[in-house]
Amino acid sequence: MVDSYRPRDLKEALSIRAEHGSTPLAGGTDLMVRYQSWTGTLPLFTNSIMFVGHLKEMNFVKKEDDVLLIGGTATLTSVANHSDTPVVLKEAVLSIAAPALRNNATLTGNICNASPAGDSICALYALDAVIVIEKNGSSRELPITEFITGPGRTVLAADELVTAIKVPLKSSSVNDFTKVGTRRANALSKLSFTGVADYKNGRIDSIALTFGAVGPTVVRSVELEKKLKGLSGADIKSKISSILEDYSTVIVPIDDQRSSAEYRKKVALNLLEKYLKELSNHE
Amino acid sequence: MKEIKFILNGKEVSVEADPLKRLLDVLREDKKMTGVKEGCGEGECGACAVLKDGVLVNSCMIPLGATEGCEIITPEGIRETEKGKLIIDAFGDAGAVQCGFCTPGMMMATEALLTINNKPSEPEIREALSGNLCRCTGYDLIVKGVQIASERGKDLW
Repeated sequence: MVDSYRPRDLKEALSIRAEHGSTPLAGGTDLMVRYQSWTGTLPLFTNSIMFVGHLKEMNFVKKEDDVLLIGGTATLTSVANHSDTPVVLKEAVLSIAAPALRNNATLTGNICNASPAGDSICALYALDAVIVIEKNGSSRELPITEFITGPGRTVLAADELVTAIKVPLKSSSVNDFTKVGTRRANALSKLSFTGVADYKNGRIDSIALTFGAVGPTVVRSVELEKKLKGLSGADIKSKISSILEDYSTVIVPIDDQRSSAEYRKKVALNLLEKYLKELSNHE
Repeated sequence: MKEIKFILNGKEVSVEADPLKRLLDVLREDKKMTGVKEGCGEGECGACAVLKDGVLVNSCMIPLGATEGCEIITPEGIRETEKGKLIIDAFGDAGAVQCGFCTPGMMMATEALLTINNKPSEPEIREALSGNLCRCTGYDLIVKGVQIASERGKDLW
């Protein structure tokens, strides 16, 4: 049995983190399952727990200038329902589980859980999301690529709390999020793909391609994206096979209970090919 | 152990328990609300669905401490209401109930859906029920039940 805390506000929550390093529990949809025990008995948590889901200061989704600000306790449902949420993030969030879970689970929880198969993470990598981290007396911001360091691992220190996610709102005309799972609802990803890109004067001005559940963290290659910038739709069409070859060197999945390395790689490249074809038709 | 207060089916209640105890266990054991069922215990089957502050949630994934001050509604809280009776009759008329284990959760999902969308399309119904598993019916008759409830309940929701 472990202690639990219910802070009155964010300030007290940060003090509890500083003093006890308690695990923050917002929706509980990951933690309650990971530590579940027999019916009628307490979950077998190994660290003290701090409830944060009720903290109103972090319960918001709002647009400020060109950024969508998502509070630390904003649920997946509230992210999906916001009119300014980028389409790939909306689709990624709606691909997670089912309504009852999304009503309770938070976007921040999905990120801090840092599963390679976390569906929102694949989209957030493509959108250049920034994680806002606070502790008593100071705060810092990190790109999501630096926040997540491995499967289930982040740089969050024991006295810190993720209080918001910043999603830059950029123009993007060719958008795709696709999740491959065993069924549509309540399935963890075998793999997922996100593509966002924008043309300016017939040339690719910005592009981000990310792959979930095919590596220890979401796969994104800024170097390979650089090679695509400035290309026209016709250029893309003529280079599809060499682009796929490039990406086949960075997509190195593993076998696990949900899928095989071979299947993941093949399907990831198929999804990329489908996206590139769509992209080439869209100048 | 801690005393935690919340509103259960319209009445303020107080529970003396570890705040990390699952809401599902509190409802079934402490409050004898056995309309809430445990299927999978990991958020996949929806048999334990309740409404928390008006939205559908799985009570197996919610610790008691997270419900302090919240309004919780179980199947017991809707079955005697006009809407609840209408859903029950609609499910009965559609033949949406076989073994019945998933039915309370299906009813809660139906209530939650019709509250935000009283004229759902078939795909919207299937999406709303997507977190509730039924191993008997093949779902078509449950979808039919929701459609009947939506037609009959025109002005209720």
